Amino acid sequence: MREMISMVVVLTVLSAVSGGMLAGVRMGTKTRIENQVLKFQKAPAIKAILKNVTNDPLKDRFNIKDKNQEVTFFLGKHDGKPTDIAFETHGQGHEGPIGLMVGIDINSDKIVGVRVTTTTETPGMGTRANGDSPFAAQFAGKPLTTVFKVKTDGGSIDVMSGATVTSRGICVAATEAKDIYMRLKPEIKKKIAKM
Amino acid sequence: MAQSIAKEFTKGLWEEIPPFRLVLGLCPTLAVTKSVDTAIGMGVGLTFVLVCSNMIISLLRKIIPDKVRIACYIVVIAAFVTVVELVMQAFTYPLYLKLGIFIPLIVVNCIVLGRAEAFAGKNPVLPSIADGLGMGIGYTLSLTALAAIRECFGAGTLLGTPVFGPWFHPFTFMVQAPGAFVCLGLMLCIMNIIGSK
Repeated sequence: MREMISMVVVLTVLSAVSGGMLAGVRMGTKTRIENQVLKFQKAPAIKAILKNVTNDPLKDRFNIKDKNQEVTFFLGKHDGKPTDIAFETHGQGHEGPIGLMVGIDINSDKIVGVRVTTTTETPGMGTRANGDSPFAAQFAGKPLTTVFKVKTDGGSIDVMSGATVTSRGICVAATEAKDIYMRLKPEIKKKIAKM
Repeated sequence: MAQSIAKEFTKGLWEEIPPFRLVLGLCPTLAVTKSVDTAIGMGVGLTFVLVCSNMIISLLRKIIPDKVRIACYIVVIAAFVTVVELVMQAFTYPLYLKLGIFIPLIVVNCIVLGRAEAFAGKNPVLPSIADGLGMGIGYTLSLTALAAIRECFGAGTLLGTPVFGPWFHPFTFMVQAPGAFVCLGLMLCIMNIIGSK
């Protein structure tokens, strides 16, 4: 009996102390990690999508509360006039969530471009959607009235063969982006007008 | 005392150098030695985990009940691995992206648990730290050596800078998985020849 108690106590105390230590480290590194993610993962995607802008979209960013989450919007301007916004959404892939940076032209309500930011998909299969891929290029120039679904589900997006789940996940992220944009459009316009 | 600590430290560098003599922790050894920078990053991360977990486990060796010792060791190791992961994310994000899953996998790295079970759970603090440090540095050196060979011939670069002239055609086999096995095997063979004399 004594041994039993000591087993429970030691393991519990050890876990609690470890958990406390990790919480401390996490709090201490949180803002730094966010900045690093912004710099190394989001920045290249934003730069690739909003390539015709003359400002720095990373600096001209603002947050809007949507339901229970904060969405960060990156504003692209051309010669001082706001033209595009980019923000990140997520879809479920084969191995985990896929982050998708979506750029939207705020004057014509068309997609400027999309790019995968975070992914854990199978190398050589789902990762073919990354970067400057033909799959991602399909979204560019499409109006927001488009139904973002793969062709087998009745949409207009060509699926990557061997990576149907990834293709669907990215379509879900794009649809999510469309919904968020439509829902928050008045607020986005208000925020932009102030900038 | 000082002599025995020095002995615990140096055994990790040659006599019991982890991937070659103990032949432990091979999975990350094969996976992260495509380039020298990832090999060093992995080595430093593992050394930190090894030293810290050895120290804590050695300090607690009289308190930890024998029946749940493995669970206790894993909790300690996992905590330090997560610290490494967070710190790497915060300070060397590109390296974190390259190492990916192999950082959290340090938790189940046989070297760490092996040293905890075989050494730190039975010995005082100072020799345990020396043991962890020696093993860690030995592991880092082995990874770096293996990575240097593979990167040099497989990609024609060393830490990203080209080492050969433009005439060099990279021997890509070396940076792929089979190249890792062949390279590791040859190095093991050479070390055994040297060691047997």
